[in-house]
Amino acid sequence: MTETPIIDTSAAFRPPRNQWWDVWDQFKTHKGALIGMCVFVLIVLFCFIGPLLWIHDATYINIRSRNQGFSWTHPLGTDQLGRDMLARMMKGGQVSLAVGMAAMVLSVLLGTLIGVVAGYFRRVDGLLMRLTDLFLALPLLPLLLVMSMLFRQRLSSLFGIELGMFIMIVTAIGITSWMQTARIVRGDVLALKEREYVLAARSIGTPPRRVIGRHVLPNVLSPVMVSATLMIATAIITESALSFLGLGFPPDFPTWGRLVSDGIDYLQQYPSRAIMPGLLISLTVLSVNYIGDGLRDALDPRIRGR
Amino acid sequence: MFNYTLRRLLLAIPTLLFIALVIFLLLELSPGDPLADMPLTIPPEVRQSMRLALGLGEAWYIRFYKWLYMFAVIEPSHVLANMTGWNVALEGQRILSWQTRSPVADIIAQRLPQTLWVVGLSYLLGILLAVPIGVYSAYRQYSWFDQTGSFVSMVGFSLPTFFTGPLLMLIFAVWLGWFPIIYDTTLVVNSWESFLKQLRQMAMPVFVLTLYNAAQISRFMRASMLDNLNQDYVRTARAKGMTERVVVNVHVLRNSLIPVVTVIALGIPTIFTGAIITETIFRVNGLGQLLITAIYASDIPMVLTLSVVFAILIVLFNLIADLLYAILDPRIRYD
Repeated sequence: MTETPIIDTSAAFRPPRNQWWDVWDQFKTHKGALIGMCVFVLIVLFCFIGPLLWIHDATYINIRSRNQGFSWTHPLGTDQLGRDMLARMMKGGQVSLAVGMAAMVLSVLLGTLIGVVAGYFRRVDGLLMRLTDLFLALPLLPLLLVMSMLFRQRLSSLFGIELGMFIMIVTAIGITSWMQTARIVRGDVLALKEREYVLAARSIGTPPRRVIGRHVLPNVLSPVMVSATLMIATAIITESALSFLGLGFPPDFPTWGRLVSDGIDYLQQYPSRAIMPGLLISLTVLSVNYIGDGLRDALDPRIRGR
Repeated sequence: MFNYTLRRLLLAIPTLLFIALVIFLLLELSPGDPLADMPLTIPPEVRQSMRLALGLGEAWYIRFYKWLYMFAVIEPSHVLANMTGWNVALEGQRILSWQTRSPVADIIAQRLPQTLWVVGLSYLLGILLAVPIGVYSAYRQYSWFDQTGSFVSMVGFSLPTFFTGPLLMLIFAVWLGWFPIIYDTTLVVNSWESFLKQLRQMAMPVFVLTLYNAAQISRFMRASMLDNLNQDYVRTARAKGMTERVVVNVHVLRNSLIPVVTVIALGIPTIFTGAIITETIFRVNGLGQLLITAIYASDIPMVLTLSVVFAILIVLFNLIADLLYAILDPRIRYD
C-alpha cells in the first residue's frame, strides 16, 4: 500500500466499517428480500406476541359456539369444537416456526461439521462423502414417516407428548436434510485449504482445530447462512407435510399443517378453515425463500459493491 | 467412461444393500403389530402360528436374507414373466403384503400406471413449460416477463402442494364444479367420453405438480442461461454475424441445457415415488398413496419393498445424471 502514489483520500478518511454493513446495504437493494423480511418478522410477531394479547385460548373447547364464521369475538371463526381459529393459528405457528428453526440449526450444524471435517481431513473424506451419498439415496419422506411411527411412543413417554414429538420431528428433519450443506461446505473447504493464509497458519504450527475456527469457518459462513435460510423453509414444509399426513404432533395439538388437514374435511362448508393456515405456511415459506435469495446476492462479494 | 460406469455400478450394490438393511432394521424396531387388528378371541397358540405363517418366527438376519433373496431373485423373474409372457417365473415364496396377502410386485404393477400418468405427465409438462420460460427470462433479464416469471416460479416453488391442492379443489371442484373431487381409478378409457372424463379428473393433480416442477426447473434453466450468456463464445458467435436466433437457440441453449438435463434426470425418481401428498389429497391411488397406507397399516413387507425400489431408482438416476453430464460436457472426464 505504501508505494501507491495517489491515495484516495475519501476512502482513507472514511471510518472503518464492519463488512456486515456492506452486506446489509446490498441486502436492502433487493426489494423482494426486504419485503420478505418484513413479512417474516410480522408472522413471527403474530405467532409469539399474539397469544399474549389475544383473549382466547387455542385449546379451549366451547361446543356451543362451534363452526362460527368471522365475527368480532372470533375474528377468524371457530372450528368444529368451537375453538378459536385465530388463537389456533398463533399456537400452530409457534410450533411450526420453532420446528423450522430448530431443525435448521441441527441440520446446518451437522452439515457444516461433516463438510468441514470431510474437506479438511483427507483421511475421512471418502468415508464421509459415501455416507452423504447414502443419505441422499434414502427415500426421505418414507424414512421420516417410519421414524415418526417408531419413536413416537418412546419419546413421548420420556419427555411428555409435546416435547417428545418436538424432539423427534426436529431430529428426523435435521438428520435427513444436512447433506446439501455438507456438500457445499466441503467443496468450499477443499478450495480454502490450499490458500496461502491457511498454509501460513499451518506453517507456524497452528493446530487444525484453530485453523478451522479462525480461517476456514469464517470463510464458509456465507454459503452456510444461505443454506440455513432455505433450510427453514424446507423444514417448515416438511413438518407441515408430516402433520398433514397425520404423523406429526398429536391431533389435539395445533400446527399449521394439522390445521390444513383438519380444515380439508370441512372444505365444502367452511373453506376458510383450510385456506388460512395454508396461506400462512405459504407466506412464511415465500418470505424465507426471498430472504435467502437476497442473502445470497448480498453475501456474494462479486455482486456486492456493484 | 466404461470403467467409471462399471465402478459406480459395483459401488451401488453395497450402498443399496446397506440402505435395505437400514430400512429393514428400522422397520424391525417399529412398534406396529400386524396382528393387532385380529380379534382378541383368537387363542394364543393360534396367534403364534399366524405369526409364523407371516414369516415372523425367525431371527431378523434370516428374515432379511430371505427377503433379499425373494426381492433379488424371485420377484424379478415374476415381473419379467408378466411383462413378456415367457415362462421364466421361478418357484418359491414371493414377497406377500400383510394387508392383502397378495404379492407385493403385483400390487405395485397395478398402482404404477396411475402414478406414471399423473406424476409423469406433470413432470413432462413441467419441463416443456420451464425450458422456454427459463430461456426467455434469462435472455430478457429484468424485463417484465422475467420479473413475473421469477415471481411466479418463486411462488410455485414455495407453495406446498397440500395448500395448492385444496385451494384448486375449492375453486374448480366445489365452486365451479368443472372437475371431480375424487380421482376414479376404475375408469376405463375406451371412448371419447371416457377419455375426456379421464382428462378432467387428471387436470387438478397434474396442474398442482406441474406448477411445482416447472417452477423448480425454470429457476435452474434461467440461472444456467445467465451463466452462459456472458461467455466469450457468445460474443464470438455474434461477432461472426450469426443471427440472434442461432446464437441463443443453438449456442447458448445447448450449453445451458447441460446442467438442466442432469437436474431433470435427478428428479425422475420422484415420478415413481409418486407425490405422496398430492396423491393423498386427490385420492389418486398411485405408489405414494400405496406407501402411506402401508405405513399406516404397518405392512412391513410392502414398506420395505417400496422403499428399496425407490432407493434403487434414486441411486440409478444419480448415476445416469453423472454420466449424462460427462457425455454432454466434453470438458468433464471421469477417467
